[in-house]
Amino acid sequence: MASDTKHLEVVLDTHVESVNLAEEMCIRVAEASGFGEDECYRIGMAVREGVINAFHYGNQEKPEKKIHLAIDLNHEKMIIHVMDEGKGFKLADVPDPLAEENLLSTSGRGIFLMRTFMDEFDVVSGRTGGAEIIMMKKLPPPTPPAGNGSNPASRSDAAPHREA
Amino acid sequence: MSVSLMATTREVGQIKLVDLSGRIALGEGSALLRKTIRDLLENGETRIILNLGDVNYIDSSGIGELVSGFTAVRNREGELKLLNLTRKVKDLLQITKLFTVFDVYTDETEAVNSFK
Repeated sequence: MASDTKHLEVVLDTHVESVNLAEEMCIRVAEASGFGEDECYRIGMAVREGVINAFHYGNQEKPEKKIHLAIDLNHEKMIIHVMDEGKGFKLADVPDPLAEENLLSTSGRGIFLMRTFMDEFDVVSGRTGGAEIIMMKKLPPPTPPAGNGSNPASRSDAAPHREA
Repeated sequence: MSVSLMATTREVGQIKLVDLSGRIALGEGSALLRKTIRDLLENGETRIILNLGDVNYIDSSGIGELVSGFTAVRNREGELKLLNLTRKVKDLLQITKLFTVFDVYTDETEAVNSFK
């Protein structure tokens, strides 16, 4: 791992609240890394879906199993790993939720959302014995330093805005 | 993030309109939506509008619950329609190709009058 990479790792209980906790934690890291509000939302949603997958399908909601969440952050990208203690799965076995016959399915959209919201996505065999979801988002370009040709209007445009 | 979902049901003519606010996500949010629709169906109500104007977040569990409600109502020969989608919810329904499955409205009167 490159020396400029920051690494954060937490072990979460197999519990619904872990889904919210993981989402919040990754959103905080994403905000601190310079991602805008929309990108933070997408990263948070992808993490949420990854942890739901580990909670429900991987660990099958068994409280004795753990969910391992890791974040690697460098100047180029944010990489998120979600590992469960289940039996693993192959992406090729996951039904396409956009197929006509699956549109009214009540589940099976998590992988699709992670793929859609992140720049890169993969599933491998994890060191915990289960599946390891790996997803990456490129960091936004750094903001030019204040007073370096930027005008007040552009600074105002760059300010995050809240929406419904 | 701890506040999940609130649901208030009101009657507009022959229609039950459910005003939802908060997050429809795994846990309490999805469970409340499921219970709300189930209770309406048990009371014989099959003309339902979900007002999502104050719902700013839905995850895959919430989408699943919307689909489940939609099919449960349809199986009773009723209709479940959506009103006032926020941008994020609309985007999510579009990328999951569900936007064209649901009957979606931006005006309450129009949504109410759309029932046969």
